Amino acid sequence: MTPIDDPCEECEEMMQPYLDGSLSEEEVARAQKHLETCSWCAKRYKFEEQLRHYVRVAVSEPMSPELKAKLAALRTPL
Amino acid sequence: MSDSAPTTADARRLARDARDRVRFEEEALELSDQVYRVARRLVGSREEAEDLVQQTYERAFRSWRQYTPGTNLRAWLLRILTNLNIDRGRRQQRAPQTTSIDSEAGDYFLYDKLASQMPDENPDEERVLERLSQDSIVDALADVPHDFRDVIVLVDIGEFSYADAAQILDIPIGTVMSRLHRGRRILKKNLADKAVA
Repeated sequence: MTPIDDPCEECEEMMQPYLDGSLSEEEVARAQKHLETCSWCAKRYKFEEQLRHYVRVAVSEPMSPELKAKLAALRTPL
Repeated sequence: MSDSAPTTADARRLARDARDRVRFEEEALELSDQVYRVARRLVGSREEAEDLVQQTYERAFRSWRQYTPGTNLRAWLLRILTNLNIDRGRRQQRAPQTTSIDSEAGDYFLYDKLASQMPDENPDEERVLERLSQDSIVDALADVPHDFRDVIVLVDIGEFSYADAAQILDIPIGTVMSRLHRGRRILKKNLADKAVA
């Protein structure tokens, strides 16, 4: 990622790849250095991290026991 | 042609084949909750998701020899499922819908939007999240155009890697990353629109 003049804007740009673990070591170090001193960005990173977890839990619907039984019945008889 | 009785070697091969098949079926069934969870958000209703998962397992059990042991079985099952979903004609492989999607707001957009409607300045993230109900999240995800939603469902809900998602959807990894980035922004915009007042 190309450095941007405004450190908060750059930090915002790096948030998704940072949380996905897809930044280079140098970029991670740059983001972490900024987050240590900028509570404004740090709060938004924490929000994003929790949001991802919250969304994953909210949309998770368990499979019905009926479907589970139907799938088990597809097994090859022993 | 001879009708000679099976040899010991044949019997051993048959026994090994049966054992491998049983093991494959057991491992596939152990993943069924995870497969269903992804399927449920790829299609519109519970009934469709159940049909799709059942067809996926029927096909997987018929084609079990095509699976390479030691590779990602969950991704293999999801590849079957997405192909079936396309075959069923509900979906067309096509370029992402790009019209009228206002996803250009930055990644801090949702926090900023929700926090701006609260009395405190810079409120804690937990309090901001409380403004999103479970129903609003389900609806907001369903409203994301499917090309973007598929990637969000696989990576953020199913916890697949970019590479697995690319393989499952048969698209380049760069496309997975760009759709994910844009799709998350669209999701956040939808969430902002549906937040609890």
